Amino acid sequence: MFTQTLTQRVLRSPLVDLLTGPHGVDRYTELVDPTWTAGDARAKVIAVRRQTSRSVTLTLAPNQAFTGFRAGQHINLTVDIDGRRRTRPYSPASAEGAPYIELTIGRHDGGLVSNYLYEHARPGMIVGLDSVGGDFTLPDVRPRRILFVSGGSGITPVMSMLRTMRAEGSDREIAFIHYARSTEEACYRDELDAMPGVRVLHGFTRSTAGSDLAGRFGPEHLTAALPEPDAVFVCGPPALVEAVREYCANVSSESFVPPLFDLPAEASGGRVSFTDSGAELVDDGRPLLEQAEAAGLTPESGCRMGICHSCTRRKTRGAVKNLITGAVSSAEQEDVQICVSVPVGDVDIAL
Amino acid sequence: MTVTTSPPQQTITKTVAGKTVTLTPEQADTFGRELDALKERVIADLGERDTTYIRRVIKAQRALEVGGRALLFGGIFPPFWLAGTAMLGVSKILDNMEIGHNIMHGQYDWTGDPALSGKKFEWDTACPADQWRHSHNYMHHTYTNIVGMDRDVGYGILRMSEDQKWRPYFLGNPVYAFLLMVLFQYGVALHELETERIRAGEITIADKREILDGIWRKTKRQTLKDYVAFPLLAGPFAPFVFAGNMTANLMRNVWSYMIIFCGHFPEDVQEFSIEETKAESRGQWYFRQVLGSANLTGGKLFHILSGNLSFQIEHHLFPDVPAHRHAEIAPEVQEICRRYGIPYNTGSLPRQFATVVRKIVRLALPSRLTDRAPVGDAVSAAV
Repeated sequence: MFTQTLTQRVLRSPLVDLLTGPHGVDRYTELVDPTWTAGDARAKVIAVRRQTSRSVTLTLAPNQAFTGFRAGQHINLTVDIDGRRRTRPYSPASAEGAPYIELTIGRHDGGLVSNYLYEHARPGMIVGLDSVGGDFTLPDVRPRRILFVSGGSGITPVMSMLRTMRAEGSDREIAFIHYARSTEEACYRDELDAMPGVRVLHGFTRSTAGSDLAGRFGPEHLTAALPEPDAVFVCGPPALVEAVREYCANVSSESFVPPLFDLPAEASGGRVSFTDSGAELVDDGRPLLEQAEAAGLTPESGCRMGICHSCTRRKTRGAVKNLITGAVSSAEQEDVQICVSVPVGDVDIAL
Repeated sequence: MTVTTSPPQQTITKTVAGKTVTLTPEQADTFGRELDALKERVIADLGERDTTYIRRVIKAQRALEVGGRALLFGGIFPPFWLAGTAMLGVSKILDNMEIGHNIMHGQYDWTGDPALSGKKFEWDTACPADQWRHSHNYMHHTYTNIVGMDRDVGYGILRMSEDQKWRPYFLGNPVYAFLLMVLFQYGVALHELETERIRAGEITIADKREILDGIWRKTKRQTLKDYVAFPLLAGPFAPFVFAGNMTANLMRNVWSYMIIFCGHFPEDVQEFSIEETKAESRGQWYFRQVLGSANLTGGKLFHILSGNLSFQIEHHLFPDVPAHRHAEIAPEVQEICRRYGIPYNTGSLPRQFATVVRKIVRLALPSRLTDRAPVGDAVSAAV
């Protein structure tokens, strides 16, 4: 431990910063081992298993730069695919404070990162842990009677909450309803069934064999699991979240919805937010740079023809189209040249 | 810039090496579309190959740097000193040319890797990266070779074009050029200060306060690193480390100066007037980039060490395309230019640099004295 701290202190010293400038010490140490970085949180994949035919479970060993997460939060995972860094939020299923991070990633049609990881993840692979976020967390004072509800790959954040409480030796009354299409697609089934002190109910919605519950979430499911809970944590498709909210009070929820957009003929009429300056406007079809300037902002810019990259900004949400190449950037967290990019629907730009 | 203004475009006529080159607005449009199509093809093909390439160059550079600095600690032994200095010099050349210059152009922004981000990258030289991005990526690449707008025409110090009015100051042209070569990193660092405008009284030094602060902050750290911290770490061997670092910086200065001066100053490279380029179309902008740039011939290692600026023409056509792709597209660019009768200036480093030196010396004298030796003759004499 002493040597670790000493190494950290030496690596972060102003002298080492000067000697390794302007690139910084991480740009050298990472060439020896990609996880030897003091500033960039990264992790090494140490185990890969496929619990079901539609998911992959990764065990990650994070480096020292990773500062942890709270049960229920998501981590923005970065992976290089065909030379491009892709970022996707995934909620760990492991307990808060556990030495390893466990991710269970459900593959879905057209899902670039989920399919890539399903097919290519292997021990030794390095992934980036870009940032941690999300308000879907347990209160510090744990409620007395808790109901967890999850659907499909939404199981991971509630699994993390459940495991965290069990690691704490919690005496709370806990029930867990998990919905999957069939028994084959139910992740963590064996672990849940073997868990003492938790009432676990499975709902299989397509192949109902082995299902504890019939149909979709409703009053009967609630009665069977835990009537009148103090708090409910639900993660899954929007329809499931809505159903739970209809019958329960004090519901915390999270839902993953894939973005949908149509290419605009002209102005998309979308809402454009320049998040750093707080300006909001309605897309008029012109390049983002011109719209920002029309709104009284003065972002850095240069050639205004897509060659000099002076105007490059991070697009944090939504999609834009590059007028020169016609390429649509739809992934969150991509750098775009605002002088030649027009919005495709609602878009947030860090400007 | 020019794409948004629309007075009627005109046929452009230039005389290159005694031959007349013309391009009608219609030709310019199809010429531009062909080049756009070529660029789109390359952009669509970008992927793992390019990311792997630049990461390998970075790895080689960092290894050479660490190895070179380590050897210099044993610099009391001449073979160690020579090898260490050479490795550090090559590392600085790679850092500035193939890595820094190209990453800062945004050539690898599509990778999404913050370490390869054009806006974030900082290089191992005195010039602050953000100032470079403005003066080079924007000013020089947009207004290439427009006398009065592109400050790379003489860098505010030299007379590199007949269109720059002669003053007795320029008698020192060869001397200034030599000093700029030796101190190139500081010359580049001071570029954004626009000393010629300060001298002319157009602006005052106070207007450049922020720029000056930026230059000072970066230069201070670079100087502390190479000339104080690393030598002191070597204890009694400090002089060897100091001398090695200085020689490595000099190697980088001379090399990058030669490559960069061969980009736009060889004989027959064209300059343009503000008037000529006022109503320029995208195709005409491409035309100016070709006529205003010159390539260097050489092997693969030479191209890497030049940061692929040896493909200056391709670089100026497509400054944000990863530079290691230029060699692949050069034959096609050359073929397109040939079909439009647009000359494509290329030659070996000694040949091109000789014409640059000739130009530096010739332009030290007033034009009326050198008019007797027209441009065409000078070239054939140089060849």
